[in-house]
Amino acid sequence: MKNNNVIEVENLTKKFGDFIAVNAITFEVKKGEIFGFLGANGAGKTTAMKMLIGISKPTSGSAKVAGFDVFTNTEDIKKNIGYMSQKFALYDDLTVKENITFFGGIYGLSRKKIEEKRQLLVEELGLQNIVNELVGALPLGWKQKISFSVALLHEPKIVFLDEPTGGVDPITRRQFWEMIYKASNNGTTVFVTTHYMDEAEYCDRVSIMVEGKIEALDSPKKLKEKYNADNMNEVFLKLARG
Amino acid sequence: MSISVKNISKSFKTVNAVDDVSFEVKEGELFGLIGPDGAGKTTIFRILTTLLFADKGTATVAGFDVVDDFKEIRNHVGYMPGKFSLYQDLTVEENLTFFATIFGTTIEENYELIKDIYVQIEPFKNRRAGALSGGMKQKLALSCALIHKPKVLFLDEPTTGVDPVSRKEFWEMLKRLQQKGITILVSTPYMDEAALCDRIALIQHGKILQIDDPKEIVKHFPTTIYDIKAANIYKLLLALKEYKHSYSVYPFGEFVHYTDKREDFNPQELQQYLEANNHQNIKIEITKTTIEDTFMELAK
Repeated sequence: MKNNNVIEVENLTKKFGDFIAVNAITFEVKKGEIFGFLGANGAGKTTAMKMLIGISKPTSGSAKVAGFDVFTNTEDIKKNIGYMSQKFALYDDLTVKENITFFGGIYGLSRKKIEEKRQLLVEELGLQNIVNELVGALPLGWKQKISFSVALLHEPKIVFLDEPTGGVDPITRRQFWEMIYKASNNGTTVFVTTHYMDEAEYCDRVSIMVEGKIEALDSPKKLKEKYNADNMNEVFLKLARG
Repeated sequence: MSISVKNISKSFKTVNAVDDVSFEVKEGELFGLIGPDGAGKTTIFRILTTLLFADKGTATVAGFDVVDDFKEIRNHVGYMPGKFSLYQDLTVEENLTFFATIFGTTIEENYELIKDIYVQIEPFKNRRAGALSGGMKQKLALSCALIHKPKVLFLDEPTTGVDPVSRKEFWEMLKRLQQKGITILVSTPYMDEAALCDRIALIQHGKILQIDDPKEIVKHFPTTIYDIKAANIYKLLLALKEYKHSYSVYPFGEFVHYTDKREDFNPQELQQYLEANNHQNIKIEITKTTIEDTFMELAK
């Protein structure tokens, strides 16, 4: 892959029968970049992301994620990425500790490494008092911070976040974004989907999908200038409403 | 008063879901309960719609007491719960007919009120509710909550999980309903929607932090906020937190929102501190206080 790109997508397309869910999208994401992937409900975001994380086969086009081909090397992709969504993150009926051990195991870390990572995580997030509690009993904000850390356990090159902070209180959200900045500063690429436009403002660059196509891609600042808008919400409305 | 809540409390086991909450909503007002998950918004809705008893306190809706006159209240309010609660295996039209019938009315009788909203889903009236998209489910749920022409409408997080275009349309619908004289109590976790209400209550951990007009609420913020930017945002955050005069430091979109402990804060000094710490492309500017800043300060 070119320079320090960790995602390269060219004319990536997915059809379901006659319906074109993703229509020849092309973009690149650099190492350590925070990349926002936006679009209305049904614009094709989820379908596109499924192809990038190796769980849906594209109809045509090409894409490389962490250096691996989305047609032929999906298993390698899965090993080199982390994934977190609001809908599925941790097991509610396992404790914090059990979740860490479980996901560490899934990602193929040694017992020693898991133990090491667990201690580090407990210390960094201040989990000392809740490490043996069931995840189901924790406030949403805690769950999301822990599941983000768990998605980074195996030190992936890219972490995919699918609407990570819906419904969380404003202070916790900011702690979450600080964690994202930290990961990015350490060289991890962050690929985040959201339809909350204030979150888009945190990204280095954002793309906006409309009906399967990428209609805009730039830094939030440049998009706001281009569309003569005060915030990303206005940019989005101008694009999506045509 | 269309809604009057006095010192309401409600606990579940060890959790104080609602803790001594009082507020009033005037007739025809669009009032927002703004707070994150777990703030107690849904519990308040359930108490006011007579689905749950409060442990303490009293409340009236449309002049009726939520305990003594619960049957009256049920006839006069519309409630759209946060979770989609219509019959998934009935069609759009069947759901609407069902709700009209249990309230002793017909779709025709109150069609004027829902027309705006219902025409958008009418082409799908024979589709089962379970097979609708999120935006269409939301419109059907709102139609069902309105079909008996309620005096007061309760909407619990109607826009959660909805994209910005549908959210905007939804708020436009609410404004039109308000003009028809319906009092609306709406909850949302999104601070940007607060600005669209007549008055808002900021709520967290079961307690109301502040009630005011959305334009006025930012005046409760005690100091000036600065937008700060530098080439590396993460290192900037760390440096600002270490700065001994910093009062609050929060990432805020492309900037960091910074407040200083000193009353005679001089941005130039901070600029020099950041330069001495090898930060580049530093920008420090006074910025407008948002509702979210106010919320964070009150919730601290």
